[in-house]
Amino acid sequence: MARGYHGRVPFPLPPTPREPGRRADVAVADRQAGGPVASAAGAPAPALVSLNGVCRTVRNRRGDVEILRGVDFQARAGQVTALLGPNGAGKTTTLTIAQGLDRPDAGTVELLGQDPWRAGSALRSRVGVMLQDGGLPPSATPARLLAHVASLYREPADMAALVERLGIGEFAGRDIRRLSGGQRQRVALAAALAGRPRVVFLDEPSAGLDPVSRQLVFDLITELKQAGLAVVLTTHLLDDAERLADHVVLLRQGVVERAGTVAELTARSGPAPLSFTVSVPVGEAVLASAPEGLSVSEVGLSSETADAPGGCTYHVLGVSDPAHWAALGAWWNAAGLMPTDVRLIHRTLEDVFLEVAP
Amino acid sequence: MNTHLDTPHAGTSNARSLARRVLAQGRYETVTALRNGEQLLISLILPVMALFGVVWAGLLDRPDVNGVDVAVPGVLALAVLSSALTGQGIATGFDRRYGVLAYLSTTPLGPAGLILGKAVAVLSVLVLQVVVIGGVGLALGWRPDPAGIPAALLFFLAGAAAFTALGLFIAGTARPEATLALTNLMWVLLGAVGGVVFPLPESGWLAGLGVVLPSAALGDGLRAALGAGALDVGALLTLIAWAALATAGALRWFKWR
Repeated sequence: MARGYHGRVPFPLPPTPREPGRRADVAVADRQAGGPVASAAGAPAPALVSLNGVCRTVRNRRGDVEILRGVDFQARAGQVTALLGPNGAGKTTTLTIAQGLDRPDAGTVELLGQDPWRAGSALRSRVGVMLQDGGLPPSATPARLLAHVASLYREPADMAALVERLGIGEFAGRDIRRLSGGQRQRVALAAALAGRPRVVFLDEPSAGLDPVSRQLVFDLITELKQAGLAVVLTTHLLDDAERLADHVVLLRQGVVERAGTVAELTARSGPAPLSFTVSVPVGEAVLASAPEGLSVSEVGLSSETADAPGGCTYHVLGVSDPAHWAALGAWWNAAGLMPTDVRLIHRTLEDVFLEVAP
Repeated sequence: MNTHLDTPHAGTSNARSLARRVLAQGRYETVTALRNGEQLLISLILPVMALFGVVWAGLLDRPDVNGVDVAVPGVLALAVLSSALTGQGIATGFDRRYGVLAYLSTTPLGPAGLILGKAVAVLSVLVLQVVVIGGVGLALGWRPDPAGIPAALLFFLAGAAAFTALGLFIAGTARPEATLALTNLMWVLLGAVGGVVFPLPESGWLAGLGVVLPSAALGDGLRAALGAGALDVGALLTLIAWAALATAGALRWFKWR
């Protein structure tokens, strides 16, 4: 999707009443979309991961700290669900509970229809996990570790193909402690996929990856989704979420602040603002002669970038019908203005993220 | 792309049987332990050096007893401490730090399979230790009582259980650096003055210590079994009590990450 070059300009959503763990606009967004992310046939894909009202409090030196305060989310087959949020929002704790590594104080968790905390080996064999810190033994080589992990499954993935696909072969015989962060990420991803899982949890899968490795990982995640897996990932990189996620869950301070598709989260209630850039500033008198119904304001001078020419940029609010475009063109013509750049400013996930985590 | 790679497994379970998973983990951990230089040093090289030192210096020689017959069972007990307490404690502590325990417990192995796999690894290394240390002992003139071999096997099992549980308890509750320091210190102290290699006196306050220390129980039990063909029931009960206590502590306080 096109990105506004003034991505940090906030466009607040209408205020909505809050209920514990879920905002009313989440439900509204779901209803407007005909249910949470409908499949191509119209019926929603089955939810393979489901958290309802999950709360978790931990005790540390400062006393009891509420990490999760009633988190709800579902991850569906054939979709990538991204958990986003600022540091400390509860993303990793949510994943940890969904995986069955921790138990909620309240609320229910279902993973493939079962309680993951009480899960046996059968359920664990159908779930792949990539932890944030990798969980890789530093003294093992990727080849030895992956062969061992594959040996825990009756019908493991084709590990040779996975190793080749993720470019692990060139360092498969080196101790993991000598690998770069990105190389370790790829090994951890291969380990998570060793059992041909139905659900895969990826905590920060693109952290530390160079652009080529990142593309490799993205392509693989896309193919996993197309093969019908439910992929649940966390990321700090909003570009990653925009590119990969079918469903985004924005967490803040242990509650779901927003949830929906990227399009739903970035949708505006009114027309998108327009921006235009001219090489020299427009005088006060010219600004005052702007077409009726449109509000034109100066944003400021900017230098030339690869994405936009330098000059003085203005925002125009209220462009909602073709007549406004015609009036705008006539105004530029009358004033002798020749814009070097004209664009509509779309909201991005970053805008939404900054609203949630100011 | 290879379809086998991205197609999820269709059945309700893709896990191998528990026995195969545990054996796989045991084999993996055994090779890991034997590839690790420090672990090899403390599991095999130091006990063999201790055996040579004690025998050649005649530290355990008595007029009516050949010193090597007392030294070998003691060094075998020291070897149990090495692999079960120190080796497994340190390995588990650092696995916990690096998230390896958490990761493996999300695989079909699970927490129980992980613990059982570690037990298999400890016993595998122990077999190797008995073969090497026993072989060196035989070359030095050690003549064990064959009648005591079943009792000795019982003590190996009980000792491995008690010290593995202690090692896991420490590794699951302390930082890995503290685990490293504590288990090494215990190995040195218990090995030198804990009744492992050198029997504690039969009277005085040290004798009381000998009744409650798991190290003394293991050393005394192996010496009674392999030296006199006898089963020291009191020592066996002490080891079983320590195994139960440490297991209960580990179950209650062990942290996976």
